[in-house]
Amino acid sequence: MHSAAIFINIFALICLIIALIKDKAKTKQSLIIAVKSFIRIIPTVLIMILLIGLLLEFVPPGEISRIAGEQSGFSGVLLLALSGAIMHIPSLISFPLGASLLESGASVTAVAAFIVTLTMIGTITLPLEIKELGKKMALLRNGISFIIALVIAFIMGVIL
Amino acid sequence: MKENMKEKQKKGMIRDVIILGITLIIMVILLSIFPDKREVVTTTSRDFFIEMIWILPGVMVLMGLFAVWVPKEVIVKYLGKTSGIKGISLAILFGALPTGPLYIVFPMAAALIKKGARVSNIIIFLSAWACIKIPQEMVELRFLGLKFMLARLILTIIFVIIMGVFIEQLMKWSDKKVNKVTEGKDNADV
Repeated sequence: MHSAAIFINIFALICLIIALIKDKAKTKQSLIIAVKSFIRIIPTVLIMILLIGLLLEFVPPGEISRIAGEQSGFSGVLLLALSGAIMHIPSLISFPLGASLLESGASVTAVAAFIVTLTMIGTITLPLEIKELGKKMALLRNGISFIIALVIAFIMGVIL
Repeated sequence: MKENMKEKQKKGMIRDVIILGITLIIMVILLSIFPDKREVVTTTSRDFFIEMIWILPGVMVLMGLFAVWVPKEVIVKYLGKTSGIKGISLAILFGALPTGPLYIVFPMAAALIKKGARVSNIIIFLSAWACIKIPQEMVELRFLGLKFMLARLILTIIFVIIMGVFIEQLMKWSDKKVNKVTEGKDNADV
């Protein structure tokens, strides 16, 4: 097990013990939410993991680095940023996906752009966001997020 | 409203299971056409699965605990009345708490607007909620490494704050413009 996994589990366990001491009923409620969210996310995790397996084996590494690698330049970054903005998958799963893209030759810039747009921009949730926040605020937030995603990605490409 | 959410959740679950089935079928077909790739694909998928399955319980338990112990009302109450650097820090902190997906935060943001919270705080809160989550950072650390995680975290915080302040100014400016236009009209009427 990797240290990050150990850390998060120990941390969760400590919080859980403190919670149990403080309030049993509330802790039970929390655990029900945890189990429900876990069940809810498992199919998506499995889909992504199967796709990652297929992606790494069936798409030749040359292909991914041609589309989103260093030499693909701005168009590769833009392509991944756009896919991140459109796709609707939990950000939790974007990390292994990003890692597998990196492994198969995508550039840091492109992967960073993908992860930032994926987490910050919700095209599918946009109607709800407009309804709750108004058109101006929702569109500004998503639009400017796209621009800053590109800026963050380029800075990361330079420093990493 | 709550029933509606449950219904949606259920539908989403069914959709995901169907997609999973289709993916599995595609995988089986592909792997029976290319049997030599079978081992590599299953090993890769299995390794990723093991990584995820070890890290997920902790993430989910933390999410559950925070969802119950830090209710929405508390967040709205505190964010609604603070501003300045304190407001910004609070917005990031609350946003980073390990709780639910983006769509449950929009009603909270709407409640914040009604309470008269600053636009910058709302934007920063929303964006932090979307892309900085404490347990998820552990997953990012695991898969993309410390440097990637830290760089993305720090840059995101900086730019999200800039964006929040910028959007606030922009909205003030455009509101003023609208006010001027309507004022002009009022004068013309007189």
